[in-house]
Amino acid sequence: MSAFVGKYADELIKTAKYIATPGKGILAADESTGTIGKRLASINVENVESNRQALRELLFTAPGALEYISGVILFEETLYQSAADGTPFVDILKAGGVVPGIKVDKGTVDIAGTDGETTTQGLDSLGSRCAKYYEAGARFAKWRAVLKIGPGGLPSELSVKQNAEGLARYALICQENGLVPIVEPEILTDGSHDINACAAATERVLAAVYKSLNDHKVLLEGTLLKPNMVTPGSDSPKVAAQVIGEYTVAALRRTVPPAVPGVVFLSGGQSEEEATANLDAMNKLSVLKPWTLTFSFGRALQQSTLKKWAGKKENVADAQATFLARCKGNSEATLGKYAGAAAGGDAAASESLHVSGYKY
Amino acid sequence: MAMLTAKLSCSPAATASLGRRSGPARRAAAVRASAGSYADELVSTAKTVASPGRGILAIDESNATCGKRLASIGLDNTEVNRQAYRQLLLTTAGLGEYISGAIMFEETLYQSTTDGKTFVDCLKDQNIMPGIKVDKGLVPLPGSNNESWCQGLDGLASRCAEYYKQGARFAKWRTVVSIPCGPTALAVKEAAWGLARYAAIAQDNGLVPIVEPEILLDGDHGIERTLEVAEKVWSEVFFYLAENNVLFEGILLKPSMVTPGAEHKEKATAEAIAHNTLTMLRRRVPPAVPGIMFLSGGQSELEATMNLNAMNQSANPWHVSFSYARALQNSVLKTWQGRPENIEAAQKALLVRAKANSLAQLGSYTGEGESDEAKKGMFQKGYTY
Repeated sequence: MSAFVGKYADELIKTAKYIATPGKGILAADESTGTIGKRLASINVENVESNRQALRELLFTAPGALEYISGVILFEETLYQSAADGTPFVDILKAGGVVPGIKVDKGTVDIAGTDGETTTQGLDSLGSRCAKYYEAGARFAKWRAVLKIGPGGLPSELSVKQNAEGLARYALICQENGLVPIVEPEILTDGSHDINACAAATERVLAAVYKSLNDHKVLLEGTLLKPNMVTPGSDSPKVAAQVIGEYTVAALRRTVPPAVPGVVFLSGGQSEEEATANLDAMNKLSVLKPWTLTFSFGRALQQSTLKKWAGKKENVADAQATFLARCKGNSEATLGKYAGAAAGGDAAASESLHVSGYKY
Repeated sequence: MAMLTAKLSCSPAATASLGRRSGPARRAAAVRASAGSYADELVSTAKTVASPGRGILAIDESNATCGKRLASIGLDNTEVNRQAYRQLLLTTAGLGEYISGAIMFEETLYQSTTDGKTFVDCLKDQNIMPGIKVDKGLVPLPGSNNESWCQGLDGLASRCAEYYKQGARFAKWRTVVSIPCGPTALAVKEAAWGLARYAAIAQDNGLVPIVEPEILLDGDHGIERTLEVAEKVWSEVFFYLAENNVLFEGILLKPSMVTPGAEHKEKATAEAIAHNTLTMLRRRVPPAVPGIMFLSGGQSELEATMNLNAMNQSANPWHVSFSYARALQNSVLKTWQGRPENIEAAQKALLVRAKANSLAQLGSYTGEGESDEAKKGMFQKGYTY
């Protein structure tokens, strides 16, 4: 057999294509309980289930926003939650033309003997978990591998191989159980390296990822890629969005086969505005890009919304309007038509969201 | 890993003649180490070969193989005859409208017409890129299942440098994979690794490498099996190319189409071949690769043209074209018969086939007026090149 074609093949291909619809993208709302706690803490809101539910309800019911969203990645708790009126979140999303997705990895652990490099856990019982999530309405999954650039040639070959193999195993298991795997090999921006070093690492990592996916016979037409953009390190001087666009697209053109329907970028600590501008720059390029280039943003879609909400019911409408504006802006960016920050825009929109050594 | 910064043109693939940079502002982008100082030229050469409506004329038969061709029309295998035959081909007026590159054997690269004009100049005048076969042939692969590997890495760098000086701008290296023999993982790995090493060395010396892992037609396997093997082979090839820091914007591919084996009970339609081949390409070939120039590998002239046409019925992310030897030369040889009075007719026959394949590259081939000769299959079991 060439690629794996199981009983879900047609559905996987259809779902992946839909998520990659130009003009739409993914809201990454899969912060673990611990991580969402940090977000809530930043606006002085207690990390209890009702508050976590309230935040997600704010996002999922924001008027007009779902039009620009093709998928939402959820944390397990959220997949089984409902709005205040009792409507399951999964139903709200589906009614809005949004595919529910689920984070399935179990976080990173250090690889002993390396210089702080990690591997991602979560393969044990993954098949039965995916089957369970499919029954609950999920149709795509996400697994985040993490690599870093550093002295001594990091990421090491061991780290690259290990993470690529983990992603491939995860991807195949997802496809066996009806979930489109989002393949996410994030190379952190931490460091003082220049954009060329990031380009080299990204190309090396993506080549290894696709080698592993191919070895494991993953059906590429039923996957999505969630890479980092190619940028200078966080301690290096910034460059223009157009440069980021060019380097990123060059790296993808060298590594991502056209069978992959969509590339859904992570924002990785970029400010909301930067992330949108970079996405827009990529889509403005005239060079051929046979896959959709869109967003799968967490912080870069939610940051200002969170600040506006501040945990208060009376702020919900305003917060939802802010969220809608960011969704719309990113939608425009996927079409290369982003007009730039709204006049008198949020300071929060330009706030860097980089956290050194960020643990998800 | 040393990363050199060089300026690369960012415009979409378009007809670009030697030395002209098309498109708007040039972008700076990381260049793979092996391309080094030749990066811009490699990209430009590859784009020229991959120009719309054009493909490659492969005339790099070794002396021994050329001898077989000449023998088939009753000619002795002498340098004079080989030169006469290649002159017929390379002085065909108007060839450059349909042909973007010609692959030569070493002897031919250094030859001239009887009037003293170098073959290289004949080609340049028609905006046809001169290419050169650089491998040293197939030999048995120890430890495999009667499979082969391709020799030629020793001294390859200086050979390439010499060929570049002589005017060559692209190279070709042909290795093979046999489905009846497995293929074994060993044979596939060696084929892919050898190609990657050759490609890096070629780029380092100014030649665009054509990457050719031919999956032989021999066998009774069905098309699904060919698809499986082709996906495996190309996955390995691209991984090793990346490991060797080859610049993908400066390579060309020469794959075999995905077809059933020659002895399979059912023949496949052009549409089935196109569908399977394009599926394989879409799963394996990154869009940075400018051109995919198919080998004909024993198909008849007509089949080779029709299959190519079927692959170009909608836009592809890379130039999908031909690099044909037998499928361009068969009728020419038969028409020439070694007689000077037949040269004009033979050259016309070449243009007919070149034009047909040009139309196929554009997806506009209709098949009107094809001769019986063109329909003759050219598969030879256990064919050695």
